Amino acid sequence: MAEFKQKHIIALRDLTKEEIELLLSTAEIMREVNSRDIKKVPTLRGKTIINLFYEASTRTRTSFEIAGKRLSADTVNITTSSSSTTKGETLADTALNLLAMKPDIIVMRHSVSGSHYFLAEKINCSIINAGDGAHEHPSQGLLDMLTIKDCFGRLDGLKVAIVGDITHSRVARSNIQGLTKLGSSIFVAGPPTMMPPGVEKLGNVTVCANMKEAIQDADVVMMLRIQQERQGKTLMPNTREYSRYYGLNPENIKLAKPNAMVMHPGPINRGVEMSSYVVDGDQSWILKQVENGVAVRMSMLYHVCGGEVTI
Amino acid sequence: MAADQTVILDGAGVKRALTRIAHEILERNKGLIDIVLIGIRSGGAFLAEGIAQQISVIEGGAVLVGTVDITLYRDDVSGQLPHQSVGRTDIPFSLEGKKVILVDDVLYTGRTIRAAMDALMDHGRPQCIQLAVLIDRGHRELPIRADFVGRNVPTSLKENVQVTFNEMNQPIEVILEK
Amino acid sequence: MNLLIKGGRVIDPSQNMDENLDVLVENGLVKEIGSGLTAPEGVKTITASGKYVVPGLIDMHVHLRDPGLEYKEDIVSGTKAAVAGGFTSVCCMPNTKPTIDNKALACYIINKAREEGFCNVFPIGSITYEIAGERMSEMGELKESGCVAVSDDGRPVVNSELMMRSLQYAKGIGIMVISHAEELDLVGSGVMNEGFTSTELGLKGIPRVAEDIATAREVMLAEYTDSPVHIAHVSTRGAIRIIREAKARGVKVTCETAPHYFTLTDDAVRGYNTNAKMNPPLREADDVVAIKEGLKDDTIDAIATDHAPHHIDEKDVEFNEALNGIIGLETSLPLSLKLVEDGVLTINQLIEKMSCNPSNILGLKRGSIKPGSIADITLIDPAAEWTVEKDKLAGKSGNSPFLGWKVKGAATSTILAGNIVHTKA
Repeated sequence: MAEFKQKHIIALRDLTKEEIELLLSTAEIMREVNSRDIKKVPTLRGKTIINLFYEASTRTRTSFEIAGKRLSADTVNITTSSSSTTKGETLADTALNLLAMKPDIIVMRHSVSGSHYFLAEKINCSIINAGDGAHEHPSQGLLDMLTIKDCFGRLDGLKVAIVGDITHSRVARSNIQGLTKLGSSIFVAGPPTMMPPGVEKLGNVTVCANMKEAIQDADVVMMLRIQQERQGKTLMPNTREYSRYYGLNPENIKLAKPNAMVMHPGPINRGVEMSSYVVDGDQSWILKQVENGVAVRMSMLYHVCGGEVTI
Repeated sequence: MAADQTVILDGAGVKRALTRIAHEILERNKGLIDIVLIGIRSGGAFLAEGIAQQISVIEGGAVLVGTVDITLYRDDVSGQLPHQSVGRTDIPFSLEGKKVILVDDVLYTGRTIRAAMDALMDHGRPQCIQLAVLIDRGHRELPIRADFVGRNVPTSLKENVQVTFNEMNQPIEVILEK
Repeated sequence: MNLLIKGGRVIDPSQNMDENLDVLVENGLVKEIGSGLTAPEGVKTITASGKYVVPGLIDMHVHLRDPGLEYKEDIVSGTKAAVAGGFTSVCCMPNTKPTIDNKALACYIINKAREEGFCNVFPIGSITYEIAGERMSEMGELKESGCVAVSDDGRPVVNSELMMRSLQYAKGIGIMVISHAEELDLVGSGVMNEGFTSTELGLKGIPRVAEDIATAREVMLAEYTDSPVHIAHVSTRGAIRIIREAKARGVKVTCETAPHYFTLTDDAVRGYNTNAKMNPPLREADDVVAIKEGLKDDTIDAIATDHAPHHIDEKDVEFNEALNGIIGLETSLPLSLKLVEDGVLTINQLIEKMSCNPSNILGLKRGSIKPGSIADITLIDPAAEWTVEKDKLAGKSGNSPFLGWKVKGAATSTILAGNIVHTKA
């Protein structure tokens, strides 16, 4: 029987194919809980989960909070504005102080890549990564894969196009790790200013010269969010030009397979990465992604335990 | 078969027991109105199918059958174990006002039944819950008793009772292991 | 003061010497080098058989953090670490608090080193006032106070006109300008070398070309103004190529590299190891190859550690927050000796780069044990095996990626003007 023995979930890169499949199949069960009248099971009753968010995020944080509550755990949210980091407390000290209150799981989002590994050395409760810098966003990768599985019934042998700012995208990296392990191939496209060196070595990845090449005959088209503030400076002239060359619209979506699915991790800049027609169109699975988010996070919380430490 | 294993109920014996349980359920409840069978995954689920078939043969009507997985309701979910994969709970009908016959293969401490009852309550509000088990091996740790029993088998704590099934999910025999 | 060093292999490139000879020291100066020398009455003899006897090693790029940042290191602990590593002279960078941009600071350092330190400390003054990159510091005064060079190390001089004027002015004063060459806009908020490793770790990368462009600028300014310039901590294949071609044209450029640039690649950062974080960052395998070639063909003139101590609170944090820099005084010798073992350099070339050249570039009047010179001598046992352990380090800080390494080669005695200031335990 498949077992999940990891104490933390920090990166999909650190999980095996079997562990990822287990997380996904458990998420499918959790989905049923979410569709009942009484959306609660007593599984994590009496456990304390702290959501420590150093970066603003309503959607991921809420999703983790609901996930914890549906498993009957006690969840606490800490965001930077209300935590003591504004008084200059280090991450390590914040964590040790929280640890003294005996949480079972800390879910953290932080702007510095690798900070969860740093934290894991200092504290001994379980840690789940809700996003670290540009490194990984495992829960997003998992919910994206679950959604793909919902559409196609499988995760191997698919052509997945990821378009956008790959350099700064932890979502892209997690998806590349997970999809490669499960047997699909990824085709990335984006402005050359946003394509990191060596990305083709991250997994089964092909760098395409332009967006058309990437989405040609794709089964999955995943669009990434363009951040105006960051890219606005030197990485691209403006969003108008970006949307002309890298935006998904009813015309170029025809290059993909007829039954292709369209995804986006959100929040969407309508008219920039995707035209509203596509966002709201028949091929869009974006809302399903969000729905799967809670189930996937319930699965992650359930499986993370005090078993063998592998980090 | 290993040296310290004995068959305490063979295939034919199992069949007769299930037939008798089916009759008892119908007798106690005066027919199959509002009866639903919920089997506890996985052994109980297979037996529930078997009992449902017997009821159809005897009474002539179909009985709704569902499955409940109790993994998320266990009382030993602790941080020290690797968590098992969770099975599917499948109750594609309302439990409102129904007489639920909970079915399991072996009744032992009673904790599985308690978890199953909690799971059922989260699915709705049955009129009542009755318990049917193939084997009652004693050693209850909670105040739980079966309404319909295939066979009572006194055992020691060192022993183990197991119902085996074939690929078609039909019961083969019941084995007592020392 | 008086000493006889017997039976060692004397390697002194300044005298083209490499043979087993005895060295007699009298009144702090080298009196005689020959065979079969005997010690006069009451003079201590050191047996140096199996050891190299070389001009005292010189590290022309260290940060002693004194004054102002003594919690990381100070002149006492820093020079203690230096002599433990076999160095008899170090040149300390001016990015202290306050900066070494006036004679009071230069004198403070020289005096403190003389009174409490364990080796020679030659201060390096700053190019610009307070290292702010706006106006020149009084280089004449700095030179008179004992500074042997000027540098804004830690920062480049961003304004090219100011850099050009600084080179011209320094030439007039007769003091060397050491450049920390990087193009700041390209560096941006990068925290490690830009390459596959940075992509995989999700960390912002610093492209090699940031160093190459700045190196090219310094070389061209030096060429145009016909003035000398020394490039600090060279790490990229591009910079080496630029310096090599410039030297071939006759440009008065010299340069140094640090042991970590020929020992490690950016793979050492994996696991988000902050003890592998420094600026310039660790580069890739091709750059390491180019550094070794540059050392071999004398494009790179000196090995200097860029010893940069930091307190544990400044390194034991999330990667982006960690300060740049690693210590190097106590690990430089074994790592550099490995170049000889691997056939990259002859021992003669190594001593040139660790003693003679630094002295010549900065006019320190050391780097030689020709009779009549000050007896700054290092005895090296190239076969001594030891493990780098934090608790056994003489300096205050332990921020090194080499902790736990088993290395070969150590200074068994460090001699300053005839006085033994360090003996290996």
